Amino acid sequence: MYFGRVVGSVWCTVKHPHMTGKRMLVVQPLTPELANTGKQLICGDCTGAGAGELVYWVRGKEASFPFAPEEPPMDTTVVGIVDEVHVKRPAPNHRRAQRKK
Amino acid sequence: MILARVVGTVVATRKDPRLEGKKLLILKPISPDGKDENGYVVSVDTVSAGVRERVIAVSGSSARMAEGCKDTPVDNAIIGIVDEVSLD
Repeated sequence: MYFGRVVGSVWCTVKHPHMTGKRMLVVQPLTPELANTGKQLICGDCTGAGAGELVYWVRGKEASFPFAPEEPPMDTTVVGIVDEVHVKRPAPNHRRAQRKK
Repeated sequence: MILARVVGTVVATRKDPRLEGKKLLILKPISPDGKDENGYVVSVDTVSAGVRERVIAVSGSSARMAEGCKDTPVDNAIIGIVDEVSLD
């Protein structure tokens, strides 16, 4: 599972029949410190997430499981809306500290 | 799923029999604001997309869930033609 932010959405008229009625969101992957990382991608949505929300998403065949028993051809799906993130800061980098001296 | 633009077609005579009758297209991945990204992908077309159209492509085992791709050796399929991308 990966962490990201919803930055937009995509509309398609011509699509696979199982995709009918499914929302598709543009998601920007984030680091736990909320910095952008990697390319933006298109995710399906089973949570009703909206613009600017922090979400987590899954990749792979599991991405179609939230829509079972339908099997929409999705390889990335937003499966949760993030309320809070707690990140323990990494230990100080000794090598960098030594270089500063 | 990635956004991509159709830039060409692929014709193959010798191929897995399960791929017979499938249209193969060359895709150039693009970012949501329309800029080209690295690389190219060959993808099976299930929605009758044409050259220069923006499409959505799925990769991996999910591609086999696309129309007519069940139990075929496919790992990338076009499953939608994009009308509009809105960035907030």
